[in-house]
Amino acid sequence: MGAGPPAQRRAEGARDGARPLLSVRGLGIRFKTTQGIWQATRRIEFDIAPGERVGIVGESGCGKTITGLSILRLLPGNFAGLDGKILFDGVDLASCSARQMRAIRGKRIAMIFQEPMSALDPVFTVGHQIAETLRVHSNIGQGEARAKTLEMLRRVGIASPERRIDDYPHQLSGGMRQRVMIAASLICGPQLLIADEPTTALDVTVQAQILELLRDISETSKTALMLITHDLGVVAETCTRMITMYAGEVIEDASVDEALVRPLHPYTSGLLRSLPHLSPRHGRLPSIPGRVPSIAEMPAGCRFRARCAHAAMGCEGEQKLQDAGGGRRVRCHRFAELNLPGALHPPGAPAAAKVATQ
Amino acid sequence: MTAASAEQRREPIVSVRDLQVRFQTSDRRATVKAVDGVNFDVRRGETFGIIGESGSGKTTIGRALVFLLNPSAGAILHDGIDPTALSRREFQNHRRDYQIIFQDPNAALNPRMTILASVLEPLELARIGDRAARERQAREALERVGLPQEFGERYPHQLSGGQKQRVVIARALTLKPKLIVCDEVVAALDMSIRGDVLNLFADLQRDLGLTYVFITHDLAVVAHISERVAVMYLGQFVELGPTEEVAERPLHPYTIALLSAEPRPLPSTMRQESRIVLQGEVPSPIDPPSGCRFRTRCPHAQPLCTERVPEWRELKPDHWVACHFADRPNFSPR
Ligand SMILES: Nc1ncnc2c1ncn2[C@@H]1O[C@H](COP(=O)(O)OP(=O)(O)OP(=O)(O)O)[C@@H](O)[C@H]1O
Ligand SMILES: Nc1ncnc2c1ncn2[C@@H]1O[C@H](COP(=O)(O)OP(=O)(O)OP(=O)(O)O)[C@@H](O)[C@H]1O
Ligand code: SF4
Ligand code: SF4
Ligand SMILES: [Mg+2]
Ligand SMILES: [Mg+2]
Repeated sequence: MGAGPPAQRRAEGARDGARPLLSVRGLGIRFKTTQGIWQATRRIEFDIAPGERVGIVGESGCGKTITGLSILRLLPGNFAGLDGKILFDGVDLASCSARQMRAIRGKRIAMIFQEPMSALDPVFTVGHQIAETLRVHSNIGQGEARAKTLEMLRRVGIASPERRIDDYPHQLSGGMRQRVMIAASLICGPQLLIADEPTTALDVTVQAQILELLRDISETSKTALMLITHDLGVVAETCTRMITMYAGEVIEDASVDEALVRPLHPYTSGLLRSLPHLSPRHGRLPSIPGRVPSIAEMPAGCRFRARCAHAAMGCEGEQKLQDAGGGRRVRCHRFAELNLPGALHPPGAPAAAKVATQ
Repeated sequence: MTAASAEQRREPIVSVRDLQVRFQTSDRRATVKAVDGVNFDVRRGETFGIIGESGSGKTTIGRALVFLLNPSAGAILHDGIDPTALSRREFQNHRRDYQIIFQDPNAALNPRMTILASVLEPLELARIGDRAARERQAREALERVGLPQEFGERYPHQLSGGQKQRVVIARALTLKPKLIVCDEVVAALDMSIRGDVLNLFADLQRDLGLTYVFITHDLAVVAHISERVAVMYLGQFVELGPTEEVAERPLHPYTIALLSAEPRPLPSTMRQESRIVLQGEVPSPIDPPSGCRFRTRCPHAQPLCTERVPEWRELKPDHWVACHFADRPNFSPR
């Protein structure tokens, strides 16, 4: 395992080294809807080691956000039940007491929510909201909390934070709100940070700065990062591992480098092939034909089958998340015989220069 | 495209002249110059991209373009007319043709209305067709953005972020407006659905002659779909030109830095660190720097940049820039 690029080595090291900080086992979430009980996710399995940075990608609606929310037990009102275990540092978050959960939430595990406007309370100033998180979890005075809040706002790149700290959320731009959320999540120094699309509202220069801050925090204070995003460039630059989800299941789990160059699951490959830089300007953008099966008609066997160009005999059977060697896992029985293209163009050709300068 | 419509394409559907938008700060002692003197035309049938710094005023311009807020100074003309001069009733009708889709889908969806009702609402307000026809149209719109039937009966909180965004897109499309301002509309969508939605936008543009103003942080998206792109920094445009030109031969140092910071989906062995990291604190639109606003972070800043505001000039055909030194030959490191 000694060779390989640095990111890969680190990922492997983190995986077979320290015991995981977070172990999700057989996680499934159900909701009540007017059309009956909806099984939104099932059989979710993954580990995150201290200091590891894992990207979670996948189709819109596949269950990334609710998986993150379930770790903090912040599920919506029509939540109808949960299967499996969520082990965090030895405690099962799926079954621990509400009191235990409150002590962990915000302090040891923090979350940056996908929709900053809805996560911020419109009637309080942003400074108040950040300082409150800090004061709930520690014994510090108002003055100190304010000073720490200002410092954090500066670190996330808010200009003149002393003039912004007393602003209400509606007075900030989309990207500023997002940075306020990031500041609030980092203020208590969590061991695990769940970041749900943390940089979508930011320009790429501020994004680069925030991603560097997250990388830095994960390296210096061993904060583990679970980064939910649709931006594969962000995953490539920030994470060591990439987990791909489809229709409520984990379908691939690999180091970022492996997943980008040689994805093992046809859905992962399709996602990578949909990147706009792989198609001519103003032309049609590639996409995966068909759409996710509706919950009422979820097929038995592989859930990607109706859209998969490689579907064959055996795909109608249950697909297990199986070991693909080298610590990779994939939910497709044909993975070994398929040779799927990744994010480079054209597949296999020495296209690095082309992609890098497009 | 016929000759007549090619001709038509050239005339502006929106003209923005010296646009300024100001807000009071929360302590009411200062003003935020959110948009500070912006000039541009949007041509009929084109996709006009706006990229730039977070907080630089992109959403504010978008809101002003559809008259959700009134400019503090300057003018915005739709098809050569000033909509604020219309009667109330005419203004309401006029407005339907100029839509905006927001960054945050929650703001646009009523949490107590089902998805189908939300998509139906604008059609009902506009009294288009009979009830059955409207419902058919709404369901078709949901279908086109890739949401299965069963979602019609659901409520916004039961949808994922990307699903809500698709509902908002479906809703804006049902009215078949002339112009749509799209503010970060595809950021919440996965790559494959993003491709579908952008293809849908392109189809509607071709079929209905729609014009888009596309605000985004995703450079790959803007490069792919827009004919022209403007780059914003601290309340002003710093560069404007044909997308290909701006992306491949950028003239302004901020644009160059922005393009260099785009994250690339490449494995670690293939990534070259060519990123230009901007030094210095991000200035505030409350008291912007004198002279060139980018000078506090510009790697090429000279004494002149502090003293004089760079002129907004057309350095190459259709390619505008505001930088004293943009015509220096060795300026662009790309
Ligand atoms: N309260 C709820 N009731 C019923 N279904 C729900 C509820 N919340 C989420 N869902 C459904 O569960 C699925 C997973 O939602 P989730 O928000 O986790 O998706 P996601 O992967 O984060 O998607 P996106 O990338 O669009 O944010 C979606 O199909 C969504 O419609
Ligand atoms: N209602 C308001 N009251 C006070 N200030 C405001 C208001 N709306 C916007 N601003 C300020 O105007 C400036 C421009 O905001 P705008 O939302 O247009 O930025 P943006 O370019 O869309 O940024 P982002 O990419 O982060 O969404 C910011 O400094 C913001 O704080
Ligand atoms: S199991 Fe079959 S249908 Fe599913 S992804 Fe693999 S090849 Fe395609
Ligand atoms: S005018 Fe001066 S400070 Fe401004 S962008 Fe040009 S070189 Fe940089
Ligand atoms: Mg989500
Ligand atoms: Mg905005």
